[in-house]
Amino acid sequence: MSTKEAPAAVAARTRAAPPSGAQPAPPHSGRRRRRAWDEAPRWQIYLPLTLYLLFTIIPFYWMLLFAFRPSGSTSLVPWPLTFEHFDKVWTERSFALYFRNSVLVGVFSLLMTTVVALAGGYALARFRFRFRRAFLLALLCSQFIPGALMLVPLFQIFAELQMINSLGSVIIAETVFQLPLSMILISGFIKNVPYSLEESAWVDGCGRFRAFRAVVLPLLRPGLIAVGSFAFVHSWNHFLFALMFLSNQEKQTIPVGLNTLMSADSVDLGALAAGGVVAAVPVVIVFAFIQKWLITGFSAGAVKG
Amino acid sequence: MAQGAAVAKPPPGRTRAPRRHGTGATPRRLPYLLIAPAVLLMLGFIAYPVLSVFYYSLQHHNPTKPWRNGFAGFDNFVTAFTDDPQFWSTLGFSFQWVAVEVVLQLLFGLALALLVNQTFVGRAMARALVFSPWAVSGVLTSVIWVLLYNSQTGIARYLADLGLGSYGTSWLSDTGTVFPAVVVAELWRGVPFFAILILADLQSIPKDLYEAAEVDGAGRLRQFLHITLPHLKDAIILSTLLRAVWEFNNVDLLYTLTGGGPAGETTTLPLRIASIAVDSHDFGYASALTSVAFVLLLFCSVIYLRLSKFGGEDK
Repeated sequence: MSTKEAPAAVAARTRAAPPSGAQPAPPHSGRRRRRAWDEAPRWQIYLPLTLYLLFTIIPFYWMLLFAFRPSGSTSLVPWPLTFEHFDKVWTERSFALYFRNSVLVGVFSLLMTTVVALAGGYALARFRFRFRRAFLLALLCSQFIPGALMLVPLFQIFAELQMINSLGSVIIAETVFQLPLSMILISGFIKNVPYSLEESAWVDGCGRFRAFRAVVLPLLRPGLIAVGSFAFVHSWNHFLFALMFLSNQEKQTIPVGLNTLMSADSVDLGALAAGGVVAAVPVVIVFAFIQKWLITGFSAGAVKG
Repeated sequence: MAQGAAVAKPPPGRTRAPRRHGTGATPRRLPYLLIAPAVLLMLGFIAYPVLSVFYYSLQHHNPTKPWRNGFAGFDNFVTAFTDDPQFWSTLGFSFQWVAVEVVLQLLFGLALALLVNQTFVGRAMARALVFSPWAVSGVLTSVIWVLLYNSQTGIARYLADLGLGSYGTSWLSDTGTVFPAVVVAELWRGVPFFAILILADLQSIPKDLYEAAEVDGAGRLRQFLHITLPHLKDAIILSTLLRAVWEFNNVDLLYTLTGGGPAGETTTLPLRIASIAVDSHDFGYASALTSVAFVLLLFCSVIYLRLSKFGGEDK
């Protein structure tokens, strides 16, 4: 599950990489590189690309179409626009409640993941200590442990802790599976902050903690935003833990709500599509807002370490 | 791969930081205090559950039938291997699912990465769009494809309007079409993963290699076979392995899109485990199946890394 984050890091780096002669070339590009690689005929690029873009976009469009089109309409454009499905899903189908739960789970997973990973990441980056290598190895191995197969044992643990039907169980489970990768990423960010910066703050009379807060933390902001937003999106999207640990309808999250809509005897497609849009909007907003931070965050060298 | 790089370099830190006033903890103890929360969480909610899976696999444990609870020996495993026809069929489908998804995602992802690595107008926009399904969750993917596959109002109806196929086609409930239907849905979300990773790796190939190859008269195909592919090898091996593990364990999409149906046609082993856990609460049996899945994953991963000679022929 957390393996999903890795490509994000790379994706950000990819976008951050200087576009090697991409886009309409700047005026000074008199020296056009002549590589056979670059010289594929235009149609060989645009034809497959257009086909793939259609494959990508039509499904998104289909959801928007159903969400904004009056029920019973078969038009292929969502016109006249209607918000009836959103009304219905938000109040009748309790998506307002699910939304609140999902936000709580997302925000608390984000906070816990970031704080715990920050502490651990700092230790990994700045100290050599016994078991450091063993700890790193454990972090890497945990990437291979599938969340889906942990459902039963985790359920039993939370049952013993009396945490079934409390959002806390899902928050802890999400945090635990986010931690390893987040910690590795954050320790990479911290290593990129020169140690001498911290040392000079000590000379100026700061304690270790104050030096960290005043000198290191501001420089970590982009990286922390990147890690935190992944933690948020991941727990926002995650389904099985919530399904398993939160049987009480009032505690359920948006993915579980969507599943309920889908498994109804006669599926209300308009409501389902509207619910899907509600589920997608925060993810889209998070990615739109943090894109700038993501690029700086990951190009700042999470990956180069 | 990202982690590997981050970890390889030893920390610039020191064995003993100078003692500061006002820090509360002595520097010697500080690193342990800092990793303590993470260690405790991971011990409690990863290590302990993994161990408990093996323990419960040897137990009859079902909260709805408490009178049967107790030590079971290998009963659960014997049941799985000899008395549960579904076990073998789900195992078979798991392999089919993982193989088909990983191979197709890799091929399309490679093609897509090569495509958006070219120089053309609108590249940044095209990249953002084709990579976007990557952020979509499994459940949301199901929502979208349930709408597309609906027999009355889905894409089939509009295709029938154009004279393609027939009205009332329901791809998800027909045993003949359900497999390609779920494969396409998962491809939609899964191809960007490979495309993103491979694109990142493509950009690390030194450009002068291609220039040299061109001077030597190598065409595009030979450049691809002799420069691009060898360079991508490790990235491809690692990403296919990660993806295979991930697809094997990916329950969200199948659970919500088909529920393993029709007629158990699309049930993977983890999906079966999840359904047992959620519906029938036979935790002992589910744990036994989980142990089997763990061992299988480990075994296949090791074999795969051996066969593919990951990291070069340095043995």
